[in-house]
Amino acid sequence: MMNTNTISLIATELNAKGMKMDRIDALQVIKGTTLVKRGFAHMQKHGVIMDVTSVEQAQIAEDAGAVAVMVLDKLPYDVRKAGGVARTASIKVIEEIRDHVTIPIMAKCRIGHTEEARVLEAVGVDMIDESEVLTPADEERHIWKWDFTTPFVNGARNLGEALRRIEEGASMIRTKGEPGTGNVAEAIKHIRIVNNEIRRIRAIYQDGDMQELIKMARELRVSYAYVLETARLGRLPVVNFAAGGITTPADAAMLMSLGCDGVFVGSGIFKSQDPMERARAIVIATAYWDDPKAVMEAQRMIDEGKSMLGMDVKTLELRMQERGSEA
Amino acid sequence: MSITIGVLALQGDVEENVNATREALRSLGLDGNVIQIKYPEHIARIDGLIIPGGESTVIGTLAMLNGSLKVIRERVSAGMPVLGTCAGMIVLAKRAYDRVVGETRQQLLNLLDVTVERNAFGRQIDSFEADLSIRVIGDKPFKGVFIRAPVVKSVGSNVDVLARLDDNNRIVAVQQGNMIGTSFHPELSGDTRLHEYFIRLCKEYKNR
Repeated sequence: MMNTNTISLIATELNAKGMKMDRIDALQVIKGTTLVKRGFAHMQKHGVIMDVTSVEQAQIAEDAGAVAVMVLDKLPYDVRKAGGVARTASIKVIEEIRDHVTIPIMAKCRIGHTEEARVLEAVGVDMIDESEVLTPADEERHIWKWDFTTPFVNGARNLGEALRRIEEGASMIRTKGEPGTGNVAEAIKHIRIVNNEIRRIRAIYQDGDMQELIKMARELRVSYAYVLETARLGRLPVVNFAAGGITTPADAAMLMSLGCDGVFVGSGIFKSQDPMERARAIVIATAYWDDPKAVMEAQRMIDEGKSMLGMDVKTLELRMQERGSEA
Repeated sequence: MSITIGVLALQGDVEENVNATREALRSLGLDGNVIQIKYPEHIARIDGLIIPGGESTVIGTLAMLNGSLKVIRERVSAGMPVLGTCAGMIVLAKRAYDRVVGETRQQLLNLLDVTVERNAFGRQIDSFEADLSIRVIGDKPFKGVFIRAPVVKSVGSNVDVLARLDDNNRIVAVQQGNMIGTSFHPELSGDTRLHEYFIRLCKEYKNR
């Protein structure tokens, strides 16, 4: 018998408000612990989380093999086209989807909008995405996620951003990519940046140069403990998914090959003309990313003529990825 | 003689189970390999299988599509030990339904003679940790990590109950001969005793 944790439990607040003592019959239980919140993200690993806007789409996603659905008012592609202020989805839609699928449901709230997140917690979503796809409510200050019993996922473009979000209590990280573009280039760029930065701090750690590691923490604008933990593990201390522009099975396989723990697909499925086949194909390619023949078979299930057209990220007027990245 | 334990690696917390099993082997002082199983042809090589936590609908679908479901069913029916944690227990079960949605059309192995209620404690906000008493692994309490956890609602006469939540009616760990199922995640608790208990079954099976 021994005691080692299979997941990192590094925390900012040891007695976070999100932790709740409770009883099930006579038994004392504790909810909202770091282990239970991060553990939820670990159950999503090697899976595909799909953006949906209706019960019909949610059921297609579940049947195709999604590990969870992300409920939105509009798919990121349509958010981009519509302009205006993008807010959290209608509660009635979230409730309807909640009561019709057995897999977890997630929903997005605006960056820094604590009360929008409280509403999502009250409606019972399993994870909240504090997302740059919606119009930020507070770019200076993200939500203090330790206050919540529901776990959060946040986007990041680099290691500093990722660790600052984890320090605020995020239980899961995803790349930001450039949402709604059908272009995977930015997601690839972001995971490569994170990987390279982790490689660098790991080398410093292995050299035993703690002074340099503290210097790195100052550069990344995050507490030393988080830099040390990441350097020790050689990876982020929480589950890290890819997101932003994933459209094909090969896109998913590419991001898995870069070390992502799973993928989010936003507009890529339900903005295509073959959502059912494509959803299943991306699930297969994510599970078998290291088997080119299986990825080819998955790619065969879709028709490139039916992919969303997508857009070049260099000519975009709105770069969602920049939202909240300085905080 | 070295034993080989496989962890079904289609979706879920695969690496966490691999690590917990390696630690358990070390703690038992046993020589053994732990491998990830993605293809049905690899199931022939192992002396025991762990079906990890994750989403049971996804693990079941992928195992059906690649033919693993059939091969696992054959080997477990022939005596190979299997441990299903959370989603893994659901996949092992003969019957499963969701607390809110009701009947599900998901793929099951149809081996463990239990009826499982999915998401039985509610949604993620109700996920919890609690100390459990599991007599077969000793007197010290075991930290149960319950994440959108299922419970066993009814068991066949050939199924032993290993643990109940605070000795009430909620069954959270069962054993039917070579099959073990848990509602919780022993791979996340930092306590390898349940994995050790499973490895002992695998060793007996190999030396039979």
